[in-house]
Amino acid sequence: MSSKSRITMIAGAILLFGVFLFPIWRITLFAPQYPSGLSMDIWVDKITDENAMKNINILNHYVGMKMIEPDSIPELTYFPIVIYVLIGLGLLAAVIDRKKVYLSFVVLMILLGILGVYDFYLWEYDYGHDLSEMAPIKVPGQAYQPPLLGGKWLLNFYATSYPHWGSLFFALPMLFGSLAFFMKKSAAKK
Amino acid sequence: MKKLNLILLFALGAILMVSCSDPKGGADSFKKPGGALSSNAAERVYVAPGEYDEFYCFMSGGFSGQLSVYGLPSGRLLKVIPVFSVDAEKAYGFNEETKPMLETSFGFVPWDDSHHPELSQTDGTTDGRWVFINGNNTPRIARINLSTFETAEIIEIPNSGGNHSSPFTTENTEYVVAGTRFAVPYPQKDMAINEYEGNFKGALTYVSVNPEDGDMEVAFQILMPGFDYDLAHSGKGKSHGWTFFTTYNTEESHSLLEIGASQNDKDFIAAVNWKKAEEYMAAGNFKEIPANYVNNEYSDETHTATTKRNKTVKVLDPADCPGLVYFIPTPKSPHGVDVDPTGEYIVGNGKLSADMSIHSFTKMLNAIDNKLYDGEAYGIPILKYDEVLAGIVKDPGLGPLHTEFDAFGNAYTTFFISSEVVKWKVGTWEILDRIPTYYSVGHLVIPGGDSKNPDGKYLVAMNKITKDRYLPTGPEMDHSAQLYDITGDKMELLLDFPTIGEPHYAQAIPASRVVPNNVKFFKLADNNHPYKVTNENETRMEREGNTVHVYMTTIRSHFSPDNLQGIKVGDVVYFHVTNLEQDWDVPHGFAVMGALNSELLIMPGQTETLRWEPKIEGVFPFYCTDFCSALHQEMQGYIRVSAKGSNTEMKWSLNE
Repeated sequence: MSSKSRITMIAGAILLFGVFLFPIWRITLFAPQYPSGLSMDIWVDKITDENAMKNINILNHYVGMKMIEPDSIPELTYFPIVIYVLIGLGLLAAVIDRKKVYLSFVVLMILLGILGVYDFYLWEYDYGHDLSEMAPIKVPGQAYQPPLLGGKWLLNFYATSYPHWGSLFFALPMLFGSLAFFMKKSAAKK
Repeated sequence: MKKLNLILLFALGAILMVSCSDPKGGADSFKKPGGALSSNAAERVYVAPGEYDEFYCFMSGGFSGQLSVYGLPSGRLLKVIPVFSVDAEKAYGFNEETKPMLETSFGFVPWDDSHHPELSQTDGTTDGRWVFINGNNTPRIARINLSTFETAEIIEIPNSGGNHSSPFTTENTEYVVAGTRFAVPYPQKDMAINEYEGNFKGALTYVSVNPEDGDMEVAFQILMPGFDYDLAHSGKGKSHGWTFFTTYNTEESHSLLEIGASQNDKDFIAAVNWKKAEEYMAAGNFKEIPANYVNNEYSDETHTATTKRNKTVKVLDPADCPGLVYFIPTPKSPHGVDVDPTGEYIVGNGKLSADMSIHSFTKMLNAIDNKLYDGEAYGIPILKYDEVLAGIVKDPGLGPLHTEFDAFGNAYTTFFISSEVVKWKVGTWEILDRIPTYYSVGHLVIPGGDSKNPDGKYLVAMNKITKDRYLPTGPEMDHSAQLYDITGDKMELLLDFPTIGEPHYAQAIPASRVVPNNVKFFKLADNNHPYKVTNENETRMEREGNTVHVYMTTIRSHFSPDNLQGIKVGDVVYFHVTNLEQDWDVPHGFAVMGALNSELLIMPGQTETLRWEPKIEGVFPFYCTDFCSALHQEMQGYIRVSAKGSNTEMKWSLNE
């Protein structure tokens, strides 16, 4: 049984590479002038596409929001390192092949996932609330924080925020890690 | 009170009487029963808000010199593309980048008369890559890029008197042709006009089109007798490799042509074997003679046009090239020459003839093989009329001008004098239907109607006379066009709409062949304009003597810089404005007070340059002309102009 749990954990660790292949999150703004929406994709290491971001920045400056500049977001630099470390830890867990190690890996990933979402929320809050005093358009009491998940009206824009495929590749290693844990557990019972 | 009621009653009665005696009632009696009035015509041309038309229709602007783009079946105007005439709205011919487009051997020509749009074809089918159009007055051909809907290239035709039988493509766009309507001394020289006969020549020019990028070049000219070469169409399918040009004035009259050029019972269709011409060219059987003509090309990378000057042209003389050209006698000053989708039938629309003569390509080849000649003209064999004739459409109408085809073996011919479109069967020559036009129709267009694969469905008649069709607009009325449904046995009038300038010919194509290539904006990263900037940090002013270059940018909703000083009276200022936007349909305008040229209208990712020569001291505003955003009205700036010789420091700024 032990080789099965190892293979599962290794597969899970390798699947984590998938977060580099797809965006993790997508925020889209809809307005009458943007019938097909302006979509900004957040990756683990970048934000795309540049034109959408440029246009969102142009629109945001009317209400005094800060420019979204990937270079000024440190997370985009160190998140990839965190992912590589997680892959390494996943592989290490497979080498050790112990129930508790698998559980620790899963718990670590859950904690990091929650931290990541919280960090995302903080950025959203900051962009939505830290508005320039010089903004051409000021609406008393209006904040422009996009939703964490789902849709929300921000003045004339309907903003949606949903996980993208990259998130799946973050979730799958947790599932595989859990599977490895249960395999080990049931093997131990026998 | 009672009196008032009586007056009201009387007024009501008068209104009812007036509405009964509709002044157009008399004209209505000429209309066919049924038609638009009793059918659901409105539904069939209604394109719901937000939906697209099924076809693009490219109509020549005639004396406007431009090309207008309509949607069919709605008849909605989508765009006017500047081609041969300046357009202050788009700064075409006014900004430094497009001035070279209108350069000719005569210098800068701000206008022309554009007649015949022709879509590029692949295997005889319209392919949606380019549309070509001729300039008649200063002989030229333009190529319009259908991914940007902008004029990409203009080539001048040397030794031509008026480029009318043009551009009419071959079936793989190997060539577009240019036959001269007016014979001229060849090469041009000072001579007595009354020595025209035998001394003036008509050139038929073949312009090659590069299949990759569309680049046009004059491949060769054929030196023809001094007739008037009126219209043309190249063969297709079995007749691929040939072009047919109609002629009038085979009388070689040089004055009062309305009489002098209408004497011969038959003029000619000149059948040119261009594959043979290629053989003669390859064999070196040409003369290279001095010429003077330009080739202007616009680059989407530099956003700038350049002019190339050509000094020679290669000429083939039919006398030295047996088998190159044959004359097919065709009754009475034929106007249009149209080849049916199979390539077999060549329709000569003898505009002063009572009947229409249709020639057979197969019979023509047979007549050539068996030398069934009826003499020759200037060394060019004249084929026997009866040996080439396929059939005659009897009493079709008065003044046949042009014919287009559907995919079901039917032909549709316009009749100028009797003001109608007549549908007839190719092969049996029987007349199937006729329908009036309003009024005096010239060309007609069916989508793909001059190609191997007509897309059918609609027919648009383009009329020369409008009179009472629309609300009156003074002495000058726009020309009128009518849209007919041709899917049934009977043609049905669906829609009537005004057009821009004088649409001579038009071409239409399913939108699905054009839309996928549409460019939404120019990528800033690909901008190779020598005066471009890619961000606001690079904006600046540079002085070279009394010339000042301003490197400026636009983005919603400001110019950078927007305060400029250090410009002096007598300076020549070039505003090089780069639009930093990277989104569809966000152009910015640039207009500066006292400019003697035009505004700029800069597409996203593009750089355009306006020349400005301040004449007096002061502070002059400039602003964005295209309502770009919520803060468009704030998109403005100032230029300080100081006295000649003043010491005002050159300075540019934004938000200082």
